[in-house]
Amino acid sequence: MDLSAINPAVLVASLMVAAVPIMLAAIGELVVEKAGVLNLGVEGMMIMGAICGFVAAVETGSPVLGFFGGALGGAGLSLIFALLTQILMANQVATGLALTLFGLGLSSLIGQGYVGIKPPATGTVPFGPLAEIPILGTILFRHDPMVYLSVAVIAAVWWVLRYSRMGLVIRAVGENHDAAHALGYKVVRIRVLAILFGGAMAGMGGAYISLIRVPQWTDGITAGAGWIALAIVVFASWKPWRVLLGAYLFGGITVLQLNLQAAGARIPVEYLSMSPYLITILVLVIMSRDRGKGALAAPAALGRNFHASR
Amino acid sequence: MKRRTLLTSAALGLGLSLAGGAALAQDKTKACFVYVGPIGDGGWTFQHHQGLLAVEAAFGDKVETAYQENVPEGADAERVLTQMALSGCDIIFTTSFGFMDATNAVAAKFPDVKFEHATGFKRETPNVSTYNARFYEGRAVMGTIAGRMTKSNKIGYIGSFPIPEVIQGINATYIHAKKVNPAVEIKVVWAYTWFDPAKEADAAKALIEQGVDVILQHTDSTAPLAEAAKTPGVIGFGQASDMAEYKPSPRVSSIIDNWAPYYVERVGAVIDGTWEQKDTWAGIGGGEVEIGEITDAVTAEVKAEAEALAASIGDGSYHPFTGPLKKQDGSDWLAEGAVADDGTLAGMNFFVEGISGDIPK
Repeated sequence: MDLSAINPAVLVASLMVAAVPIMLAAIGELVVEKAGVLNLGVEGMMIMGAICGFVAAVETGSPVLGFFGGALGGAGLSLIFALLTQILMANQVATGLALTLFGLGLSSLIGQGYVGIKPPATGTVPFGPLAEIPILGTILFRHDPMVYLSVAVIAAVWWVLRYSRMGLVIRAVGENHDAAHALGYKVVRIRVLAILFGGAMAGMGGAYISLIRVPQWTDGITAGAGWIALAIVVFASWKPWRVLLGAYLFGGITVLQLNLQAAGARIPVEYLSMSPYLITILVLVIMSRDRGKGALAAPAALGRNFHASR
Repeated sequence: MKRRTLLTSAALGLGLSLAGGAALAQDKTKACFVYVGPIGDGGWTFQHHQGLLAVEAAFGDKVETAYQENVPEGADAERVLTQMALSGCDIIFTTSFGFMDATNAVAAKFPDVKFEHATGFKRETPNVSTYNARFYEGRAVMGTIAGRMTKSNKIGYIGSFPIPEVIQGINATYIHAKKVNPAVEIKVVWAYTWFDPAKEADAAKALIEQGVDVILQHTDSTAPLAEAAKTPGVIGFGQASDMAEYKPSPRVSSIIDNWAPYYVERVGAVIDGTWEQKDTWAGIGGGEVEIGEITDAVTAEVKAEAEALAASIGDGSYHPFTGPLKKQDGSDWLAEGAVADDGTLAGMNFFVEGISGDIPK
């Protein structure tokens, strides 16, 4: 085995790219759950974002519009979820699962005419001389804009939830919707907006897969990334910076296992292939074992429907 | 009155269309195809669908065709096959290894329907044929180009599953790369999927980051080529399909699975009533494996060498697995001048000497 073949700087740069889709989807879902809504349709919203973003980018020739299209696609699908759970009071778990199935089917239908097409390329951010710095330049200054945007979204969500009035209101709605309602906050409206934000982020994450990471459209392209994003929200105990950590951990192990295979590591391949999921599950179990902090971090009203009876 | 007329005519129309279908089946032969991926995958399934189109072109009004995409390998396949057999298909092509058991199970229930299973080995009833292509012959040609073109002396191979077909390909690639470039080493990454573009792209990326400058793939999407295109100096090959949209580089050549002649022949046999069970394993010589155009990214000498090798395999004067060859553990496999038999190849479960790493069990 030749571990010297693995260049750590390149590995870190790769894991940053691999983590973007799950990170965007997870931070969106974090906001949704902070508002007290459990949307299990992340996978469906991601793949809708992947195809809508792809169609938008191909038809307009602009990757930027592609990412907007992806966000719109994801938000559009989440609107169905919002209508069903917030207005019609449907069970959130069942609706979320149905949303995933629906998104997978619909994306396949929309994508019929877009198979085998190359989308317009997204360039890297020109940092000029910064990109030439040894090691640091490779890790930090040679990425496409979305890598930086995903970190910026994490920072923004962290700041909003922690320091702004809007964040306080979102958290209040997620912790005790009756109390928030009594104070005069529009619980349903706030939750619908949170769901739309979550959908837009998941859609953007999906668009990243079809526009940059692969880049092409095929059925089922997200291949379960949405479920990983859901797990990461729990592992992060609903804390934004831990979402970044979790996404980098999962993305990192995914990239690392392929690199270890290529380097001829003396570990059975089956274990390497399983490792990202195993380690994510393991960390989840360890985090949730702690009845004190981890378990109590969940928003108290998570998954409970709200109906203004007074 | 209006409504009743409408209903009556609807019922009549329905009855007519059903009867019409049955009547049509009498004078038209119906050829049906079951695909594991989307016809737009740009690789494996796309190529089988080209075969369907060739059948339509060859027989015109005498045939009708039907196909179903993205059929999962498992219980769903059995349902799809049963549905097809009930809907008047005279011959059904099942185009993935994983449809093997479903094909044989359904064939037992419908003795009058002909079944053709790709890349499998089970023929439990007389109405099941199997057919396959000698992809390893194409791999030998790609390996020659890879060994000549690599500057880092590292070539990478993205494997799907550790089944004999894939292991044949890795061995054939390595043997011929090493023949022209003794310093070459091969790195194998297993993706554990036939088709997952994101994962295929990641696998290609990992290989490229470790200094590999030639990527070979045994997975079905164009994602590895899309990844190779991002790094100047990295080349790859079209797999199953020509993947011409990545010409002239990274795609410098390709292995094309040409199923069309076989499909035309077999559907023709059903029309003539001469269809019989058989097991086909053809290669470059039979036209089932084609070498896609070698682009100008490859030097003229290498191109000539690769074409000469393909020609010698095609006319039978050379077999890609010709001794002296040893197995990975150093034990003897083929003596000087000996040629591997089909039985060994069909069950190949070992790497040849010089490849590092284990085959997952």
